[in-house]
Amino acid sequence: MNPVAGRPLVICVVYPDLLGTYGDGGNGVVLAKRAQWRRIEVELLYAPSDRPLPKADIYTIGGGEDGPQVRAATTLIEDGTLVRRVAEGAVVLGVCAGFQLIGRSFPDSADRVCDGVGLLDLTTRKGTGRRAVGELVATPTADAPRTMHGAALPRLTGFENHGGVSIVGPGSRPLATVERGIGNGGGDGSEGAWSGRVLGTYLHGPVLARNTALADLLLGWALAPEGSALGTVTELEGLDDDEELALRSERLEAVDVQGGRGWRSMVRRVRTRR
Amino acid sequence: MASAATVNRLSRALGRGSGTVAGGRIGLMVDPSLLAALTVGRHVVLVSGTNGKTTTTRLLSAALSGLDGMGTVVSNETGANMPAGHVAALAGAPDASVAVLEVDEGYLGRLVEETSPEVIVLLNLSRDQLDRIAEVRMLVDRWRTALGGLSPTGLPSLPTGSSTTGSSTTGSSTTGSSTTGSSTPRAAGAVVVANADDPMVAYAAATAPEVRWVGAGQVWHDDAVGCPACGGRITHPAGAHWHCDQCDFARPEVVADVVADELVLADGSRHPIRIALPGQFNRANAGMVAIAAVALLESAGVRAGDGGPATVDLVLDRLASVTEVAGRFSTVVHAGHPVRLLLAKNPAGWTAIFDLLEETGDTSMPVVLSVNARIADGLDTSWLWDVPFERLMGRPVVATGDRRLDLAVRLRYADVAHDVVDGPVAALDHAGRAMEPGASMEFLGNYTAFADLRRAL
Repeated sequence: MNPVAGRPLVICVVYPDLLGTYGDGGNGVVLAKRAQWRRIEVELLYAPSDRPLPKADIYTIGGGEDGPQVRAATTLIEDGTLVRRVAEGAVVLGVCAGFQLIGRSFPDSADRVCDGVGLLDLTTRKGTGRRAVGELVATPTADAPRTMHGAALPRLTGFENHGGVSIVGPGSRPLATVERGIGNGGGDGSEGAWSGRVLGTYLHGPVLARNTALADLLLGWALAPEGSALGTVTELEGLDDDEELALRSERLEAVDVQGGRGWRSMVRRVRTRR
Repeated sequence: MASAATVNRLSRALGRGSGTVAGGRIGLMVDPSLLAALTVGRHVVLVSGTNGKTTTTRLLSAALSGLDGMGTVVSNETGANMPAGHVAALAGAPDASVAVLEVDEGYLGRLVEETSPEVIVLLNLSRDQLDRIAEVRMLVDRWRTALGGLSPTGLPSLPTGSSTTGSSTTGSSTTGSSTTGSSTPRAAGAVVVANADDPMVAYAAATAPEVRWVGAGQVWHDDAVGCPACGGRITHPAGAHWHCDQCDFARPEVVADVVADELVLADGSRHPIRIALPGQFNRANAGMVAIAAVALLESAGVRAGDGGPATVDLVLDRLASVTEVAGRFSTVVHAGHPVRLLLAKNPAGWTAIFDLLEETGDTSMPVVLSVNARIADGLDTSWLWDVPFERLMGRPVVATGDRRLDLAVRLRYADVAHDVVDGPVAALDHAGRAMEPGASMEFLGNYTAFADLRRAL
């Protein structure tokens, strides 16, 4: 049982029929399993876009293509449940197209400005350069949300694949600073955004499988006692995350090696010249 | 276009060592029109789609090879499905009168433009290698443009479930002059043979003037829920065909349906599909092949059988000779254990292989899974989370490949017990140690992981 509300914790994967292109449905699975493994009763819902959005404690919104992204945003705005639930304290994770559409506005394929759901102070426009495709590593900012036992979130790892440039406005805060990759792409080196219990990122992977501390943060928020301050995180028991940690270090190392090789070869070139 | 002399010289140069992809690349740099020059005078069939390209190409070659009046067939059998691979294959077989070419989805437009195909086979479209190939809908738009430029053949249309063949845009029957240099007379246009059960393919092929639709089934609906025509929803009602709930886009009328292990023509005649390759998706591929082969025979003016039902049987019977495709579906014996080798590259492919494992094997048989994420595989492993690994629950599973740690985490969240082993051969050994002597296992890898194992064995 959910220790707080005396009912199962409800996790909702939003519109997998529209936003399912990059395995982001896995974020819902990761959250549900990590709750179950802690003996927290959980219900995992896949909410199709042709039905009213169900009431949930955590909503995950995945990546998708331009057309479905516009349709998802329009449908979520018309439906109204998501905005209402966030006001009541629900947690939201938006990834890639799902990140863009919980902001204020984003472009469609013809570069027209479309209304976002407005959960984050974020505006996205089309990038002018190449699509951002590749491994992305970012260090959480100093004021990024704290996870279990007040610990800072560790480095975030994932794979990005997007053509948008996202600007975080004063009403939200960047989640992390890019070490490798593009992230938000607005020139400030930021990646992702958050405010209250709403968090968005360009990281696929899925992001919660590669960054279990982030998964536990979302669970900790969702399980906070009703009426508690927005930043409250309910402490959860640790899990045997050996496999996730192994994957994390392998991915981080792969990116470090790539960068390191470039650096060393540069030094070598300089030395040779001398 | 290159002069014949240039082509011949290049062909000879490239032909050495049976034509290599690297040679093809150089050839195209020297002469960008090489592909066109190398296909002049040949009957060209193109095969494209996300899954089943290599197998379908192989089956189609088997169907046409040595048929009276067809001559010899050249095909890019190694799966090198971009122009350099096509050039390599074609240059290596200057005398082949038929070219059956597997085409990477992203290159279909270029191949259609440069090779004057007579038949184009379109299997399915789902997401694959997202970091490399444009997303599904972008691909569909490119196919529409390419196929919209085709001209009709003027061949008599086949009966369908209703009165019309293919799309509503069937033009007047214009028969242009035969291509110069063609050894046998041929129609000027092209017939598209397309899978009517895949809404993305149906939308993409609808711009072609002449389509023979085949109900080949679809295992993967997830990429196609959004209507490609209007953004509405595609629904798959039980016991009925798919349609959009907002516009009139719906499954086209077919000339044939694959029903279990039979190809059922619109006239009601039933034709057994007795192939050696396992799995429903391969029977579906065989059905597409039968319709495509008949279309090519018609277009080439080659008479085989009665041109109708008997020809379909004649073609289908020739497919039984294919028992493996570049090692796929073959069984090797490793350390005393028969190992069936299977390849799948994306969620739709893995799902189809899971169907095959349940259909043809013992569900307690160990499975060795191998996943890489090199350029040819796509660098992003997120797709693993769209594969229903939960279906392997209860089987002994070994994870290997460059990205075995991604696989391990995915399996953990699917509640599938597994071991992680570095290296595909070591993984087979590991699985074998826990088995009875002589017991069988399955190996399933994605593109380069499969190649790694075959090289190592």
